[in-house]
Amino acid sequence: MLDVRDLHAYYGKSHILHGVDMKVAEGEIVSLLGRNGAGRSTTIKAILGQVVLEGSVRFRGEEMAGLKTFQIARKGVGYVPENRDIFPTLTVRQNLVLGMKGTRERGRWKLDDMYRLFPVLKQRADAPAGVMSGGEQQMLTLCRTLMGDPDLVMIDEPTEGLAPRIVEQVAELFDEMKSRGVSILLVEQKLAIALRISQRLYVMGHGRIVFEGTPQELRTDDSVRKEWLEV
Amino acid sequence: MEFFVVQLLNSLSYGLLLFMLSSGLTLIFSMMGVLNFAHASFYMLGAYFAYQISRYVGFWPALAIAPLLVGALGAMTERFGLRTVHKYGHVAELLFTFGLFYLIEEVVHLVWGRAPVDYRIPQALDFAAFTIFSTSYPAYRVFMMGVSVAMLLGLFLLLTRTRIGTIIQASLTHPHMVEALGHDVPRIFMLVFGGGAALAGVAGVIGGNAFVTEPGMASAVGSIVFVVVVFGGMGSLAGAFVASLFFGAIQTYTVAMDYSLLDLAARLGMGIAADSPVRGLLSVSVAQTAPVLPYLLMVLMLIVRPTGLMGTRET
Repeated sequence: MLDVRDLHAYYGKSHILHGVDMKVAEGEIVSLLGRNGAGRSTTIKAILGQVVLEGSVRFRGEEMAGLKTFQIARKGVGYVPENRDIFPTLTVRQNLVLGMKGTRERGRWKLDDMYRLFPVLKQRADAPAGVMSGGEQQMLTLCRTLMGDPDLVMIDEPTEGLAPRIVEQVAELFDEMKSRGVSILLVEQKLAIALRISQRLYVMGHGRIVFEGTPQELRTDDSVRKEWLEV
Repeated sequence: MEFFVVQLLNSLSYGLLLFMLSSGLTLIFSMMGVLNFAHASFYMLGAYFAYQISRYVGFWPALAIAPLLVGALGAMTERFGLRTVHKYGHVAELLFTFGLFYLIEEVVHLVWGRAPVDYRIPQALDFAAFTIFSTSYPAYRVFMMGVSVAMLLGLFLLLTRTRIGTIIQASLTHPHMVEALGHDVPRIFMLVFGGGAALAGVAGVIGGNAFVTEPGMASAVGSIVFVVVVFGGMGSLAGAFVASLFFGAIQTYTVAMDYSLLDLAARLGMGIAADSPVRGLLSVSVAQTAPVLPYLLMVLMLIVRPTGLMGTRET
């Protein structure tokens, strides 16, 4: 579904990504691991068309490199940012509705699905999103992206700073997404979560992919964990 | 009392006119992070276009056509000018709008000359609407207030009740996120810029004949609008509204007040010696300070509260 080949990215004159290759198959959950500054978020931004890049990013066989961010989103690539970019002055419902690409609910997710999965969003539907707690805002960001019916969702550090109970809810939502055939590319720092939910993992270091394999393979590979993951 | 009420109406109509300019400017600022120096030039173009169009087809069609033309020019400015300059950063954008300001002024010089043009209020509105005490109040001023209020109500409903309005509101603070959700944010930028220019155009059409339509009108109004936006808080519509009415009042009342600190001192029974060095300063009347007062207040605001009245963004 997503096929990234020899991806180079630049911020001004500095060369951040040095030839990244990665794939996400239909319905797969893939994690992208690595320390801060390894290039994980830049990879996501490059796929989204938000940084200058060279190389190839194919989505369902179609080349996306060079397209504008909104065009990439309309092809079915969803993005959930790390910093929970909710629209604070708009209501929770308005936030969700803005996730939709048209004016009608279509595709796999309806407003009622979100309200059923996260009742707090229904209780707060008419409140400004800015007054919600961090965990609730994280739910809202996820649900807002799903309202756009993406086939692939790229999620940046979804459990960062969340209470364990909410982390559990996020994991449940991932199961729900998987059962509806949505692929997930997860950027994560917490190894435990990534090992539990993903089918495959990539580890990044210095703007390159330094490991690719299954959770089982990463568990047994002490040297990769020591060199590229543990702090 | 009579003075107070008449000036209140005048300051209201002027303040509302200012808000038609400052609302567009502040929206464009919060969205793009750029203060559009040429914003008041669109106000001037609105007045000149209306003058030209009304010579052929009369005032009423001009009231509709001139703002549309100005809006289209604004949208094109964003699409073919600012969007290209954008990648070179805010300084380049600022310089671009600065240059545009002079460009438009020179074009106006070339086409309509340096003297004021004879743009008059339409005969249908050239009568006294009512009489307060002994002053008859012109109907055109009432019409100005009506148009301003209608425009602002429309803007409010558009921003709060429509889908495109919520997209605009979200783009004001989080343009990248809005785009990642699949909305064509560059188009939204163009529409907001065009809409802001059109609103300034409307202000030009109804203000150009109430005041004077001349090549200096853009810089005269532009600097006040600038003060309004900074004072109210860059990016805050509510702040711009309060500040517009406030400066509308300040400008209207102060020019008509012929008192000085010396008069005040005399009333309080404090005599200032005729050869006192401060006597000259104290004898300056309020009316004489009127032109400098807005800037003084802006500087004070920036010292006391750099974000302005209701702004959240550091300027």
